[in-house]
Amino acid sequence: MIVSHEWLRAFVPHELSAAQLGELLSRHVVTLDGMESLRADLADFVVGRVVEAGKHPDSDHLSVTKVDDGSGELKDVVCGAPNVEVGKSYPFARTGTVMPGGLLIAKRKIRGAVSNGMLCSAREIGLGDEHEGIYTLDTDAAPGTPLLSVLPIGDVRLDLDVLPNRPDLLSQLGVAREVSALTGVPLTMPAELPPLPDSESVGTSAFGETEATADGVTVKLEDTQACPRYIGVVIRGVKVAPSPAWLVERLQSLGVRAINNVVDATNYILHGLGQPVHAFDLSMLSGQRIVVRATREGESLVTLDGTQRALATGTTVICDGDRPTALAGIMGGEASEVNDGTTDILLEVAWFDPAFVRRVRKAVQLNTDASYRFERGVDAAFTGKASGYAAALITAVAGGRITAVLDAGKARTAPAPVALRVARVERLLGAPVKAGEIQRTLTSIGCVLEADGESGFMVKPPAWRHDLTLEADLIEEVARLIGFDALPDVVQPFRPGTVPDHALHVTSRRVRDVCVAAGLAETRPMPFVATAEHESLRVRNPLADDEPYLRGSLLTTLASRAEYNLSRMQGNVRLFEIGSAFTATDGRLPREDVRVAALVMGALRPPHFTEPEPPAYSAWDAKALAEEIASAAFPGSAVTLEPVNDSDRPQLLWDILVDDDTIARGRVVRVALDRPVWADEAFGVEISLGVMSSHDVAPAGEHAHVASATAGRTRSPWANVRYTPLPTFPAASFDVALLVPTDCAAAKVEAVLRESGGELLERLELFDEFRGDGVPAGFRSLAWRLTLRHPERTLRDKEIDGRRARLLQTLERELGVRPRTS
Amino acid sequence: MTLDEFLSACRQLADDAPHVIAQAESPAQFADIRTQLVGRKQGRLADLMARLPELPAEARRDAGKAVNDVKAAIEQQLAEREAAVRASSAQADALDLSMPSRRRWKGSLHPVTIVIDEICDIFRELGFTIALGPEAETEFYNFTALNFPADHPAMELHDTLYLGEDTLLRTHTSPVQVRTLQQYAPPVRVLAPGNVYRRDFFDATHAPSFMQLEGLAVDEGISFADLKATLGEFARRFYGGARRVRFGPSYFPFVEPGAQMDVEVDLNDGKGLRWVEILGCGMVHPNVIEAAGLDSEKYTGWAFGMGPARIAMSRHDIPDIRLLYDSDVRFLEQFAR
Repeated sequence: MIVSHEWLRAFVPHELSAAQLGELLSRHVVTLDGMESLRADLADFVVGRVVEAGKHPDSDHLSVTKVDDGSGELKDVVCGAPNVEVGKSYPFARTGTVMPGGLLIAKRKIRGAVSNGMLCSAREIGLGDEHEGIYTLDTDAAPGTPLLSVLPIGDVRLDLDVLPNRPDLLSQLGVAREVSALTGVPLTMPAELPPLPDSESVGTSAFGETEATADGVTVKLEDTQACPRYIGVVIRGVKVAPSPAWLVERLQSLGVRAINNVVDATNYILHGLGQPVHAFDLSMLSGQRIVVRATREGESLVTLDGTQRALATGTTVICDGDRPTALAGIMGGEASEVNDGTTDILLEVAWFDPAFVRRVRKAVQLNTDASYRFERGVDAAFTGKASGYAAALITAVAGGRITAVLDAGKARTAPAPVALRVARVERLLGAPVKAGEIQRTLTSIGCVLEADGESGFMVKPPAWRHDLTLEADLIEEVARLIGFDALPDVVQPFRPGTVPDHALHVTSRRVRDVCVAAGLAETRPMPFVATAEHESLRVRNPLADDEPYLRGSLLTTLASRAEYNLSRMQGNVRLFEIGSAFTATDGRLPREDVRVAALVMGALRPPHFTEPEPPAYSAWDAKALAEEIASAAFPGSAVTLEPVNDSDRPQLLWDILVDDDTIARGRVVRVALDRPVWADEAFGVEISLGVMSSHDVAPAGEHAHVASATAGRTRSPWANVRYTPLPTFPAASFDVALLVPTDCAAAKVEAVLRESGGELLERLELFDEFRGDGVPAGFRSLAWRLTLRHPERTLRDKEIDGRRARLLQTLERELGVRPRTS
Repeated sequence: MTLDEFLSACRQLADDAPHVIAQAESPAQFADIRTQLVGRKQGRLADLMARLPELPAEARRDAGKAVNDVKAAIEQQLAEREAAVRASSAQADALDLSMPSRRRWKGSLHPVTIVIDEICDIFRELGFTIALGPEAETEFYNFTALNFPADHPAMELHDTLYLGEDTLLRTHTSPVQVRTLQQYAPPVRVLAPGNVYRRDFFDATHAPSFMQLEGLAVDEGISFADLKATLGEFARRFYGGARRVRFGPSYFPFVEPGAQMDVEVDLNDGKGLRWVEILGCGMVHPNVIEAAGLDSEKYTGWAFGMGPARIAMSRHDIPDIRLLYDSDVRFLEQFAR
């Protein structure tokens, strides 16, 4: 939303500079997105103060001066003006400044004297024709101050970020009201705007009827929901021509292009007063009628932008006697557009329902200045006055005579009064605000206050503030008008909260630390993917069609990120992510599984002179990573990696099982990648940390508070850990090398070893695998080291030998596994 | 054997010894040579000693002395040589300590995570805990309960990605406010970091999915003064020093009054101190408190929301938001410590 500093001053003749005004608005009203000077060509000019002046040795009319331009160094400047005076300030162009005429000011010699810049006359900087002498500035501003901030020249545009709660700010008048409230300078209508016409002199229809006729023209409302009020003003005898300069300038100050006097006048009312106005060429309206009605089948309309628009049957539009002629609240039709030959016009000043305009605007996908305002809410109490100003302005700039005012329908009701308690203001703001201050601030924005009991008010908001419906809304007005920064900030004692850290957060933090310690880099890739297993995980309205699905696995995105790195010649990829994976359910919302995933490929360690070519990540490293991550995720639980021997899915290596789960909590895989020859194999680990609950906590307006503040807290996993006494007797260890058939899993052998090792078996380590010489085909040699220890005595050699022999017997009996003899 | 012959043999040994000893280059060789010369059982000196009985009795005293002299001389030479050998061997085996250490890969946290952690740590000091909620949400939690008027332009502040008729990808972390208030009785002081989604193109300054961080404090007697103090304290702890903050008007349907907080910061771009908006905030709207089944007369609260990615980008001079998503290892490893 653009406002013009000058246009605002036409409403509120305040004395603030544009910069001061911008600051005031941004502190109290609305975010200021930017300011733009319309005399940007003077942006480089500064205030220069002459501190010395003397005659030029070689010239009668030139002076040699020293100018303070705020740079800290006095500039020698040769000046030809007769009025140069020591101690006075003038517009100063430093070297490097470009004059409005295009001349670059450079250091040069004038009859032998060096000149570093130029003191300017009014004409030289485009401020008029005066060029007898340099322009004396009436200012105390310090040398070096930008010229634009001390001279009341050139308009400044302020770009305001008006949010949907404040449609009243969508006009110069609306912002001017705020300026008036904040400065205390009364608001008046701009002098350029003619007074409201005398309503007695024209034919006026009866008020409140849905059909109005006068001067042979009829306005009829068939849908008073979409269009509660429609004022048609008939003006006859206008002469369409270019607008006067002042009107062109006003529109240009906002960046609005001038078209002709009639259209420009309607735009003045739109941007100046916030009421969208449309002018029809009356001669083009069939039957001299305006009917606000639902479209019939097959009806269409060519709008002012030249687009033929098909209209859904039943959409309320503005029609003439025969056919649609305007999209209500959005845009007029081409057929009834005012043109150079137009003499009689019908001015439409109406109030359309915001939801209705929004619906149609979305359907036709046409956003206009009018629809933007109607959607957010136009002041319904201002329709009558707006129509008067619009008609008066048109007759003032285009001639003609108002012959009829057709007022159909009724205005929407004014905002309802709101009760405000002085005590509640203090409670919410944390500081007492005097009743008088509340009254002053709210009155300044147009509220009407009546005392309500001893310590409260009934506040009637102004008609243009439909956003003020609750006590809190009024308290916000009080707070912002006083200024948020003027309110106290007091650290208050607080009670500790009842909410425990979310369990998934706690788990994620632990997992994250393990991943970082393992040398992985955390990443946060975009969670959308190109394909999904289930259609219901498709985003209904994706902006781009290439990745419309929510991922079902984090490894999918990590794999694509690994490929991204490979395409950039990065083969050492170690990534992890903690995020959500989605799967479709029978319920409303997908199941949201919070997972950790890691992808590793490339060198296991950085190269070192002791190991110039470190080994690449192998399945065993991925298995270890999975074990580490799973142990961190589920501390105190037993983590098992179960081999998956699925010939259909050979990329699957292990399922990760936790405690006695039968359903895998995660998996370790070989990651299939689009992989150049130089790249190593990639391995992935993905583990579910838990499901994010998404069911409704309680029905709307209810809660399901847990009774105890400690509920939801999980017991520390360390609470289950019992200390094992340190050994006092020595351990004994021996090795067994076994010939194991290739189809017999090492884990099976280990299980037997463990079983028959019994309680004395302290450690069991697989330390060798060998195939080849001396090992028959179909076998491999596996060697374990067993460490035994008795808690209460030293084991005897005979005991150990006996145990070893029994162990080998058991192995042979149960698995047919024999020791390797060679 | 005569005494002369014996003495001559002693001299011979005394003459040979230095040459033999000089051949010892390493401690191992040195042991061999020592044995060869003065070994107790079969060294050359032992051989001489063994022949002592062959001499006449009157000659043995002189012969014994000669042998002892030779032995002393050899022992001394051996000791000197041994010291020299040890020294040179130590020098040869010594590590060149200027060579690089054998490192492991360094892991790293994402720059946005680092910012979130720092923010969470500060609010933890102020009594906040961490709440989480689902990313796939209902319209009720994302909009209705947060006082978004149905079919209103306020909805246009959030370009929404829909999953179903009334289900969507949450557009902000604020649904966690309602979920938390429904689940836990006040006092509630929580921080809710999380992924949110908007229907935006993925370009240098926009992403359809990004991190947001929400804060909520609800109890009896919580006021705007409390909001200002707490958020101001956060800004000073986060940005350091006597940082100035200011509050200006803003609008979010779920707070009233609504405000934004600017912090005066130096972005190290040579432009000096300037105001930068870092968060939106306000007093929790009474309709939100009521939607969670609480009495808005009794309970008041404040909330804020901020974008940690924007802070990370300005902190590290990251010019393009896509760098945060690309997962280029050369980018990520810059945040390893």
